[in-house]
Parts: sequence; C-alpha cells; structure tokens
Amino acid sequence: MPNNNVQPPKASLWARLTRHQIVIPIAALLLLTIFNLIADPSFFNITLSDNSNGDPVLGGNLITIIDNGSELAILAIGMTLVTAASGGQDISVGAAIAISGSALLRVLCGGERTVDTFKNPLILAFLIACLVSMAFGAFNGVLVAFFKIQPMVATLILFTAGRNIACWINNSELPVVNDERLGYFGNYIPGIPIPTPFLIAVACFIITFLIMKFTNISLYVQSVGINEKSSRLNGLNPELIKLMTYVLLGLCVAVAALIKVGRISQINYSVIAKDIEMDAILAVALGGNALGGGKFSIASSVLGAYVIQFLTTTLYKFEVNAAALPAFKAVVVILLVVMSAPTVREKFSRLGRKLKKSKTAEAGNS
Amino acid sequence: MSNVNSSVSAVKKTRKRMTDTNLLTTITVTVFVVMYVCAILFLKEGFLKPQTMLNLISTNAYLIILACGMSLVMITGGIDISVGGVTALVAMSCAVYLDMHDGNVYISMLIAIGIGLAFGLVQGFLIAYLKIQPFIVTLAGMFFARGMTTIVHTNPFNVSNKDFVELKDTRIIIPLLGSTTKKGKFIPATIEIGVIVALVIVLLLFCLLKWTKLGRSFYAVGGNKQSALMLGINVQRTTFISYVICGLLAGIGGFVYFMHVGSGSPSHATGAEMNAIASSIIGGTMLTGGVGNIIGTLFGVLTLALIQNIVASLGLDQPWWTGITIAAMLCIFLVIQSIIISRRKKADMKAAAAQSNKEAAPAS
Repeated sequence: MPNNNVQPPKASLWARLTRHQIVIPIAALLLLTIFNLIADPSFFNITLSDNSNGDPVLGGNLITIIDNGSELAILAIGMTLVTAASGGQDISVGAAIAISGSALLRVLCGGERTVDTFKNPLILAFLIACLVSMAFGAFNGVLVAFFKIQPMVATLILFTAGRNIACWINNSELPVVNDERLGYFGNYIPGIPIPTPFLIAVACFIITFLIMKFTNISLYVQSVGINEKSSRLNGLNPELIKLMTYVLLGLCVAVAALIKVGRISQINYSVIAKDIEMDAILAVALGGNALGGGKFSIASSVLGAYVIQFLTTTLYKFEVNAAALPAFKAVVVILLVVMSAPTVREKFSRLGRKLKKSKTAEAGNS
Repeated sequence: MSNVNSSVSAVKKTRKRMTDTNLLTTITVTVFVVMYVCAILFLKEGFLKPQTMLNLISTNAYLIILACGMSLVMITGGIDISVGGVTALVAMSCAVYLDMHDGNVYISMLIAIGIGLAFGLVQGFLIAYLKIQPFIVTLAGMFFARGMTTIVHTNPFNVSNKDFVELKDTRIIIPLLGSTTKKGKFIPATIEIGVIVALVIVLLLFCLLKWTKLGRSFYAVGGNKQSALMLGINVQRTTFISYVICGLLAGIGGFVYFMHVGSGSPSHATGAEMNAIASSIIGGTMLTGGVGNIIGTLFGVLTLALIQNIVASLGLDQPWWTGITIAAMLCIFLVIQSIIISRRKKADMKAAAAQSNKEAAPAS
C-alpha cells in the first residue's frame, strides 16, 4: 500500500500493527487473560516449592501452560513452514512422534523391556530418532513435492500407518526406562526451577529465528507458497524447498518426541501425542497464517500454540471433563476464525467506514 | 500390480478420450475384482461363500454412506473431517434417547437426521458464505461432536430397547444365495437393513451426479471455481448444498452404524473420517476437486474392507499389519493417480501444441 504522507505517522503505525497477523493470537491471549482475571485472579499465582526430589521448582497455572505448551510450540514452528511452502498441513505429526519416540526408546533400551541405565548413549538415541523422523518427513515431502499429491492426503498415509510402525519398531512391547536422566528432558533439571521443555522450546525458537534472519529460507519458502511457477522462473527449486520444509518438520517432531517420552520415561503408542496434529494446525491457523500457503510468521504460530495451551488449562481449571474439552475448544476456535474471516472483517470495516462517513457528513453540515 | 497396469493401458488404447473420472473408477473396480479372485484362488474356504462378501458390505454399510458424502464434498473441492465425530454423536444420542428415555425408534431416526443436518448447515454456511477454510471448520466440527458425545453420556453402554433390538436383529434374506453346512443344511445368505439404505443412497447420489443440473455444477465448482462462476453457477450455494448433503449423510450413516453396533460409546467410529477419505481416494475421487464417482467410492470402501479381511485371514494377526497394509495401498493408489494425471496433462499439452501448430501453418 503506498504511504502518501497524508496520514499522521501514529495512525499508520497503528494500522500497520493491526494489519500484522500477530494481532490475532495477541487478541486471543488478552481475551483469555481478562477472562481469567475476572473469574479468578489467583489463576496467575506462581509458587516456588520443592518437588518430590527435593529440588526447588516453579509451580502454578502459568508454569503449567509454558511447560505443556512446549511440544505444541515446537511443532508449530515446523508446521508453519510446511503450511507456507506447500499450502497444506501435515496431519501425521502425532503418528510421527510415536515413531520417533519408539525409535528413541528402542535404542536406549537396546531391545530389553525394562532398563535402569541407558544401554546406548542418549545423544546417539536422539540422533537416530532425528534421522528416523526426518526420513519419514522426507517420505511425506517427496509425495507432496514430486508426486504433487495434496499434503493432507499424502500425510494421511503416515497418519494411518504411523502408530502401527511405532508398535512394530518395539515389537509391540512398551519399554520403560528408569534412568532419571531421560526425565530431565520432560520435567526439570535439578537446580533449574524452570521446566526443561520450555527451555528447549525457547532454544528451538531462537535457532529458527536466527536462521530466518540470516538466510533467505524465509523468503524462498514464502515465494514458493505464493506462486510456485514464478519462483521457478526466478531460479528457485520449489520441489527442493518443499521437501526441505517437511524434513525440518521431521526434526521438530524428533525434538517434541524427546520431550513427550521424557515426561513419562515410557511410551504408549496409541495415546502418545494423540490429536496433537489438530492442535498444531490450530496453532498455525490461530497465528493468522494463510492456510493456503504464502505469508507466514513463526512467532505468531508459537504464540498461537501457547494460546491453545492457555485455553486448555483454563478449561481444566473450570473442571471441564478432559474428554469434553474438544467441544469447548471447537466453539472458541470457530468464534476466532469467524471473527478473522475476510468477509466478516470486510463487513465490519464497511460498517466502520459508514459510521465515519456519517460523522464527517454531520460535521460538514454543522 | 502389472496385471492392473496392462489392463489400464488396454483400456486407454481402446477408448482414447476416457475421462479422468472413469479411468480412476475402472482402476479401482479392476483392483477389487483381481483381489477378490486372488482371495478365492489362494484362500479358498471363506471367500467362496457369498456370505463373506455380504458380511463385508454389512459391516461397512455406514462407511459407504459416509464415504458417499465425503466424495460429494471432495468433488466440489472441499473436505469434511467431522463425519466420524457426527457418527459417534448420533449413535450416543440415539442410544441415550432409546435406553434412558424409553424413546420411539422412529423419533430416534429423526434425531439422527436432525443432528446430521444441523452440522451440515452450520459448517456449510461457515465454509460457503464466510469463506473459512473447510479443513478448519470441519476440524472444529469434529472436536465439537466428539466433545458433545462425552457430554451426552460418558460411559459406553448397550441399548436394550425392545423395538430397537428387533430392528437391529432384522436380517434380509437374499433369495437363491447361501451355503450348505457339512450336515447338508442350507443357510440362506442375509444382509442387514443398513445395506439397503447404503445402496439406495449410492443409487440416488449416482443419479444426482450423473443426470441433474446440480450434479453437473458440483463437478464444475470443483474443477474451476472461476469458470463455474462465469458459467452462471451459484458457487456459494452449490458448495453449501454439498456440505448439507454430507452432513445429512453423516447423520444417516451414524444411525446405520448405531443399528450395526447397537450401543453408544465415545470411542465409536474413531478414525471413520480418515477411512472415509481413504476409500474416496481409492475410489478415484481427487482432493483437488472436479474428479470423482460414487460407484468408485463404493468399490473403494469394499476394497479397503477386503484388504483388511485378506490380511486377517493370511494369519498376519499382529494388530499393526492392518494399518500398514492400508497405508501401503493408499500410497500405491495415490502414486498411480498422480502419475496418470501428470501424464495426461502432458499429453493434453502436446495435443494442444500440435493443434495450434496446425492452425498456425496454413495461416503462414
């Protein structure tokens, strides 16, 4: 939009701010915060107490939110890139977490059912888990980029098979690791009162932010998402970029799997990360990203992920049954999406303009 | 797979301009027949009995109905992933109404249709008129339906309403078909009522898509919204109607499912939406819109069910095999589809180029 200096700079800043997509998750966050403040101000209390191991840890609803929302935030980073580049969503992330977690435990346990110490070094296990989930990400990516299958359909394959493959990796056994070092990744490192998942999520976000800042990846992904043909004419390789986003999502999945497994030091194939793909997609949508590809903002998506967790925790606090939770989530999501729908927004802005016009007309008459 | 490919190429040669829709349907039907013949040849005992085939249809009658609605929405270029949730909600609501309020069976049918219609209307309105992404809307619809199911009732239970149990146990005997036991007693082949419902719906939708103006406009909207608009089709209304029909069918499918299982549970029909999408895709419907066929969808459901049956009777009893085979099959079908479509596009482009050359030649 050309900026002709008629508008005062203050208004243009405000306009720019309201036009930025991060407004949507921030507005949602504010709404939730105000709601909680009115309903029960003690929601925001943060306590410092000793956990069962005698280490001081932070507690309270806010800490629960940043703790439990971390996997979602990490997934949202990858999902945003995939959405932006390929104009579709990966619905197999939950299943991929099961596979990756299963591979992690398989290496850690070395094929045994219950172990007290790691059979193989944790770093090796994590690297293998990364490789496995990146390979599955590449499988999705090849289907999407080279065979031109719609992302949702292509990932439907892994969605159907994923948990079964995870089961197969460990021969249907449910290995348990009793080494407390694995728990560090899902809970707390002794001496640090902040939950580790949040630290990992922050680290992931900073790394992604730096990569986006100092490389052209962000621009490339965006241009492929907006117009594949013209980005090819400009010398980009759209297939390769799409493939890359899926592999990156695979990496995010591996990190999320490490946290998920670290939380309970074991795995349940049919339950682990259930429905997380839906939450991740919601986070991307809530972040105001175009679900059809193109413009994206990773910060908005990450914020969106924490907003979803905020909502979940708020609902839990009102003693909503865990199984009934989706119904409330759905209502909130629909409200948010309806409010941000272009047609509705246009109507609102038209209404606003009409009001303004009538006001100026009145001013002119008087 | 070579068998299929050769037959496809044969079909291609004999009829040069076969539409994408028909080609993909032909592939599905061929695969189904080949698989069934192989099953009869190699796994003789069970598959020769007509009852095996009929059981296949009886168990999956609800999936056929759901997949029909899904195909319709997919033809217009959308998607509806709330159907599984609606199925569970319908089953639970009807179960609670019949069992705890001593309800009437016919009114419970109305409840089922009402729930389905309500979902279809709301989702259709949001998608068609407010232009919100169908995936997000129906995702929320699925969440809402699943959540409501637990709000209606938390624990699974069986329905013991007399009229309903009578309806549930009704079997329709098919004349002339059946099998003889070792003692020489003839057992006639039977199907459930749901199958009749499913087949009627398949027939109705087939006619709708093939011969009515509305059916044509579904394809037009899915193929290219812009040109559909220029042809004078009301794109918004067409999209809206497709979602309403899909919701309605989800309601009916939910009742058929309820008649099959006879109980209400929050975990009913888990993953039904994905199975419905998978069978639509196997049946030759493309998510990009504009391509699809109800008969193909019917065979898609049957193929999916058959492969599960075959895996089970091959003795691969570990639970993970079913999921992996379905996924592998889905993968193969998707790749075949994608290759065919891209080849076709190239051929079309070549033909167009040749034609324009021909036209240009006399002019120069």
